Amino acid sequence: MGLFDYFKRKGEPTSATVAKDRLQIIVAHERSQRQRPNYVAQMQEEIIAVIRKYVNVDKDAVSIAIDNADDCTILELNVTLPDK
Amino acid sequence: MAKIIVVTSGKGGVGKTTTSAAIGTGMALKGYKTVIIDFDVGLRNLDLIMGCERRVVYDFVNVINQDATLSQALIKDKRTKDLYILPASQTRDKDALTKEGVEAVLNELAKDFDYIICDSPAGIEKGAQMALYFADSAIVVTNPEVSSVRDSDRILGILQSKSRRAENGDSPIEEHLLLTRYNPTRVEEGEMLSVADVEEILAIPLLGVIPESEAVLKASNQGTPVILDQAAEAGQAYEDAVARLLGEERPLRFTQVQKKGFFKRLLGG
Repeated sequence: MGLFDYFKRKGEPTSATVAKDRLQIIVAHERSQRQRPNYVAQMQEEIIAVIRKYVNVDKDAVSIAIDNADDCTILELNVTLPDK
Repeated sequence: MAKIIVVTSGKGGVGKTTTSAAIGTGMALKGYKTVIIDFDVGLRNLDLIMGCERRVVYDFVNVINQDATLSQALIKDKRTKDLYILPASQTRDKDALTKEGVEAVLNELAKDFDYIICDSPAGIEKGAQMALYFADSAIVVTNPEVSSVRDSDRILGILQSKSRRAENGDSPIEEHLLLTRYNPTRVEEGEMLSVADVEEILAIPLLGVIPESEAVLKASNQGTPVILDQAAEAGQAYEDAVARLLGEERPLRFTQVQKKGFFKRLLGG
């Protein structure tokens, strides 16, 4: 890095830092997808089907998250009901 | 009992075949009887990198289909004692590799050899899965570049879930990170992910760092594994990696920028 380089890069993150941040996010996301039990996708379908029997919701209105806490697994189900 | 090592990466063009040739040759130089198997059915290339392309008569698929015996298909390396190559076929389709067929060949090789190096094709499809299925140890070849790191992580997921060891509940495949095409100058300038960055993201033990080097292309031009070029940094870095694979402790080399003189630093370049 030469003398002149010091003037142009102040405060801006380097492209390597950007790369690292992007990778950490995507890799963490993909790992959590991988660690999902196989039945989750099917369970999600069935839960949506049950909800739809009563309320007309969009497929995107239901989200399922599985988190691993210390000694238990938490299944989080989020349903956005449509406005009346 | 032979140790089976897969050289894999997910992404293509990161240096799997170069690494297979170098590590295989390095093992043989250390006195271990070693065979390198090209799993890239349809796109055979290990023979070119090893400089034995004109000596291929029978291939891996011929052996699996019992059209040839193993000893007919194995090519003995002319430079390095105790080193053999089992080439991939060029014409057959990828389904030619069956789990049973590959297992039978590996079992037969295991009687004679100390190390079996499996050079994986790119991708995460059947060919790549076959190459890693029976492995005891994996060398994950990664470039300090976003798509390569991401693909390496996916391959790690497959090693942990779809290998024989994973399916049988045995101890997991040993994982080793080999960072190739590393350019310390670009890392210092913030243009390239550093060794520490990649280690942090993939979280597996580091086997070595191979600097980006003109010697690699020169070696492949000539059909000589780059590890035999001990004047080159890349050759020395591969030699270090082999020693570490065999349990030796070696400090990292070629990961720092060579110190420049005062004027050069002042003016840049």
